[in-house]
Amino acid sequence: MTGPAWLIWALIGLPLGSGTALGVGGRRAERLAAPAGVAAAAATLGLAAAAAVWRPAASAPLFAGVDATFAVDGLSAVMVVTVASVAAAVLVFSVGDIRSGEARSRFFGLMLIFVAAMLVAVTASNLAVLLMGWEAMGATSWALIGFWWRNRSRMEAGATAFVTTRAADVGLYLAAGAAVAGGAGSLRLDALAHLPSPWLGLATAGVIAAALGKSAQLPFSFWLSKAMEGPSPVSALLHSATMVAAGGYLLLRLHPLLWASGWGQPVVAWAGAATAVVLGLVAVAQADLKQLLAASTCAQIGFIVLAAGAGGVAAGTAQLVAHAATKSLLFLAAGAWLAALGTKQLDALAGAARRYRLVGAAFTAGALALAGLPPLSLWATKDAVLSSALARQPALYAAGLAGAVISALYSIRAARLVWLPLAPGASAGYDTERAGTRRVEGWMQGPLVVLAAAAVGLGVYALPEVSNVFDNVIAGPGAGRPAGWELGLSAGLALVAAGATWRWVTRLRVPAALGAAGWAWLGLEAAAALLVVRPLLRAASGLARFDDVVVDGAVRGVAGGALAAARLGARLGEVGVDDVVGAVAGGARRLGGLARRPQTGQLHQYYAQAAVALAVLVAIVVAVR
Amino acid sequence: MGPTTTFPYLTTLVLLPAGAAVACAVMPRSMGERAQRRAVLAVGTLAMVAALALAVTIAVEFRVGDGGYQMQSVHQWMPQLGVSWHLGVDGISLFLLLMAAVLFPLALLGATVRQKSRSYVVWLLVLEAACMGSFVSLDLILFFVFFELTLVPVYFIIVGWGSGRRAYAAVKFFLYTFLGSAFLLVGIVAVAVIHDQQTGHLTFDLVALQSTHLGLASQILLFLAFTAAFAVKAPIFPFHTWSPDAYSSSPTGGAVILAAVMAKLGTYGVIRFDLTLFPRAVVDLAPVLLTLGVIGILYGAIVACAQRDLKRLVAYSSLAHIGFIVLGTFALSTEAVTGGVLQMVNHGLVTAALFLLIGWIWDRRRTWRTDELRGLQRPAPILAAMFTVVMMASIGLPGLNGFVGEFLVLAGTFLTHRWWAVVATTGVVLAAVYLLWAFQRVFHHAPGPEDEHTRDLGWRETAVMVPLVGLIIFLGVYPKPVLDRITPTVTALVHHVDVATGRVQPLVANGGVAAAASTAATAATGGTRAGTAASAPTAACRHHGQSAWVDGRRVVCHVAVTTSTRRLP
Repeated sequence: MTGPAWLIWALIGLPLGSGTALGVGGRRAERLAAPAGVAAAAATLGLAAAAAVWRPAASAPLFAGVDATFAVDGLSAVMVVTVASVAAAVLVFSVGDIRSGEARSRFFGLMLIFVAAMLVAVTASNLAVLLMGWEAMGATSWALIGFWWRNRSRMEAGATAFVTTRAADVGLYLAAGAAVAGGAGSLRLDALAHLPSPWLGLATAGVIAAALGKSAQLPFSFWLSKAMEGPSPVSALLHSATMVAAGGYLLLRLHPLLWASGWGQPVVAWAGAATAVVLGLVAVAQADLKQLLAASTCAQIGFIVLAAGAGGVAAGTAQLVAHAATKSLLFLAAGAWLAALGTKQLDALAGAARRYRLVGAAFTAGALALAGLPPLSLWATKDAVLSSALARQPALYAAGLAGAVISALYSIRAARLVWLPLAPGASAGYDTERAGTRRVEGWMQGPLVVLAAAAVGLGVYALPEVSNVFDNVIAGPGAGRPAGWELGLSAGLALVAAGATWRWVTRLRVPAALGAAGWAWLGLEAAAALLVVRPLLRAASGLARFDDVVVDGAVRGVAGGALAAARLGARLGEVGVDDVVGAVAGGARRLGGLARRPQTGQLHQYYAQAAVALAVLVAIVVAVR
Repeated sequence: MGPTTTFPYLTTLVLLPAGAAVACAVMPRSMGERAQRRAVLAVGTLAMVAALALAVTIAVEFRVGDGGYQMQSVHQWMPQLGVSWHLGVDGISLFLLLMAAVLFPLALLGATVRQKSRSYVVWLLVLEAACMGSFVSLDLILFFVFFELTLVPVYFIIVGWGSGRRAYAAVKFFLYTFLGSAFLLVGIVAVAVIHDQQTGHLTFDLVALQSTHLGLASQILLFLAFTAAFAVKAPIFPFHTWSPDAYSSSPTGGAVILAAVMAKLGTYGVIRFDLTLFPRAVVDLAPVLLTLGVIGILYGAIVACAQRDLKRLVAYSSLAHIGFIVLGTFALSTEAVTGGVLQMVNHGLVTAALFLLIGWIWDRRRTWRTDELRGLQRPAPILAAMFTVVMMASIGLPGLNGFVGEFLVLAGTFLTHRWWAVVATTGVVLAAVYLLWAFQRVFHHAPGPEDEHTRDLGWRETAVMVPLVGLIIFLGVYPKPVLDRITPTVTALVHHVDVATGRVQPLVANGGVAAAASTAATAATGGTRAGTAASAPTAACRHHGQSAWVDGRRVVCHVAVTTSTRRLP
């Protein structure tokens, strides 16, 4: 049974239409923007819930041989509800965070368009449509991260995000090309796994590159670090439930392709596991709360990617949902402090939780979940992921477990620091990044409570009754069911790590080398600049000179040569030409003299001439015929 | 000959701007400077809007699903020389006509000139007549006359109203393209002479010349002669160096027409004449041209990264976009050629919009240099918003027109020439790089003291941009009506190439191209949305054309005979 097609169109059209209207409205829509944005997000959530229940499918002609097809299956149903819920919470928070007079209509408009793009990507059952949503997300993220465009570094952060993810998106173009060349001209996602040999590999490689880029997995992670320059609600939406999650979603969706390729699964699994460990360590070294959360996002998405590579589709999806709730909560809490205190530096935030207790409590709930402590959400879902990894390869399981322990280190570190007693001179560290308001508005508090409830409550996934239902909804293969000892082991390790961190974090210093490397996100961006951007710039200026000197030089040379030849000809030839003209004139004069000679004035001579001429003419006519 | 419509739409379309040009030219000086200026502008605008209305009527009257020439008008012109006034429109030229008809009035209204406006309007009208004539001519000499005629107004527009090294740029443009055209003329005469020798009938009619038997060697020579002219006009790498000079020295209106409409004469010429007359040479030399196209894509994009002058930046980005058109054309699959034709329209709209916007920046600030501008988004938010949309279209963002064309070109190229497609795909990223860099330099950051007071777009300029942005979005969201009209012609053309070269086993057993196209149209009316997708081959046949790809097989629709073949690698 499939639901009505209009439901899909409404689900995508509502945020898209309202977002576009707000954006076009510009300053005139300024006052209307916040209520309209929240209302649109709420209605979108309603439509998403309806879509999850009725499972609609829709299609429209796109171009020759390719239809734009959408379908909400179990995986998509979970995704649309997650995306719409987080979007609604974030937009409510934004009412408090993006103050009136800050181009609200542009902000809410772009956020809604972004949500629409994400909804397109997760409901698409066709690669062309998925690519459309995917790319629109990238472009909107450019505008959102660079929302405060007067600051050049923020805008450049947006451009880095866009260009990096787009560079990876070339993979999707290649995959689409491979699909067409391999005979899946309809570009249906479920047809990709059945491509013939060379195309299967190309499609797999393309999809993996695009997904790793979007999800800020190694080696693309650096764009997410820069993206933290954007407004907090943008980070909360883009870097929890949407943009970065889209890569994980794509790999979960296309796990049959990974499986069919043979090599795709291990590559993806290890990329995820490596990111979970390495970016986890990067997170430990951060001094900026949002940077810590960003690195942890890479690490946590790493578990989703690991799940996709290990074939644990349901486990990966559960991880995606739990992470979306937890991380959006943490980003919003960081944003609330940033708005109130004007800083996101961990040192300056010491004691912030005591000042704003509700924010502190919500943040702590999120941090404990992120740490993987039982019985909270990420503990349950991460263990399901690890269990599917164990079924695949013990080494993967070990790597994942290490990542889990590291996540306890950085989350508890953050939680501990914000609960430190308020130092007397604490306010000296405030207002370094923006002017704090010293209050957290009700608009900001509401979403925190709701998301904290979700981050905690989703731990029910550990109950077999719940996870069975969820796995049935996803209907994917290899529903990992962690054994008792696995749950116990991870819980025990997380508790020990968390306890140790809580106890000693203020005294322990991160080793300097690790700290420096982690702080700079392993120099990934510097490497990209060195390996990609600088050669590009050098090639650009070199080729520009080549164009000017060689290509255009050749043209100018030809022109110059022609000119020189003409001059030479003029010098040599003018005499000759004059001679020719003179000769012709002289010849004509002589001919004229000859022609005068027959004109004797004697009639019989004229008759004779006429007869000769006639004879010649007849002879010519005869000869020609 | 196809059916001739009662009203000579195409002839009128060509003669209307020409007549208006004459009317403007003879307008008496005695009426006073201001009055004359107003009258000339009114006549010019009126004529261009009337031409637009006519072009829209032509598009409405155009029969969907018919791949042949429509609305033909054939008149004797110089019967002794075999030259006739033969006009016709098909799916390839239809949207180029429409695009030109849209852009001319916008160029006139969006970029007025301060002095000598009468001659300016006259030259623009002559240019419109010549461009329209080039797009609808089905007689080679007639085409050549119109093709050459376009040079004259552009030369005078650059010299008269340009800036910078305008005389140099104008002469360079004129001589360079004129040199190319010399080869074209020789080629045209040679084809006609060969045809004359074979049939004893001297004609320059494209439809008649199509049946000329040419050996491979002569096809290649003639192809090179024709393509020399088109490659310069387009421009295709490495014949592009006139374009940065000409674009940056032109006045805004001239640059718009030069880059958006006239560049298409080159790529249009390749599709219309090269593919029709020299299919074997096209297939043989396709790798060369594909390589030039791919080089153009990457080279144009990389060189654009180094530009600090917005107009030169657009010139090099055009080189990249033209590269996509060349790629699509010589990939020779229906999808790719269709994408190429669509990309011509897309590039026209986007480039015109970019040049208009850049021209308005010049009007306000007298500079095009990105390092002399910054923070313009604050004083001029509408300008910034318009620029953003157009830039995103140029980057190829889905939902805007550039994406559809590029996607079809790439997908279609994957069918026939995969490695070129793989390399070309990387061009997609580079476009994002140089445009974002330039945009950020000009529009972002805190504005300087001079930037602070930059005027935003006025109502008139906004009114000029709105139709362009509307079309950019419309084509990006709903390209189907356009593709439905392009595809049958392209299918027929690709089929013509296939048959002429034996590249594919004959697709349609009998009936020929026209029959197949018409049956595809009948199938379309009979209901296109068959429920069971790939079960029956005919279900794959949409009204787009007579062939489609269903899971690896090229399925060709025909009422009686349905053959499915796989394209040879």
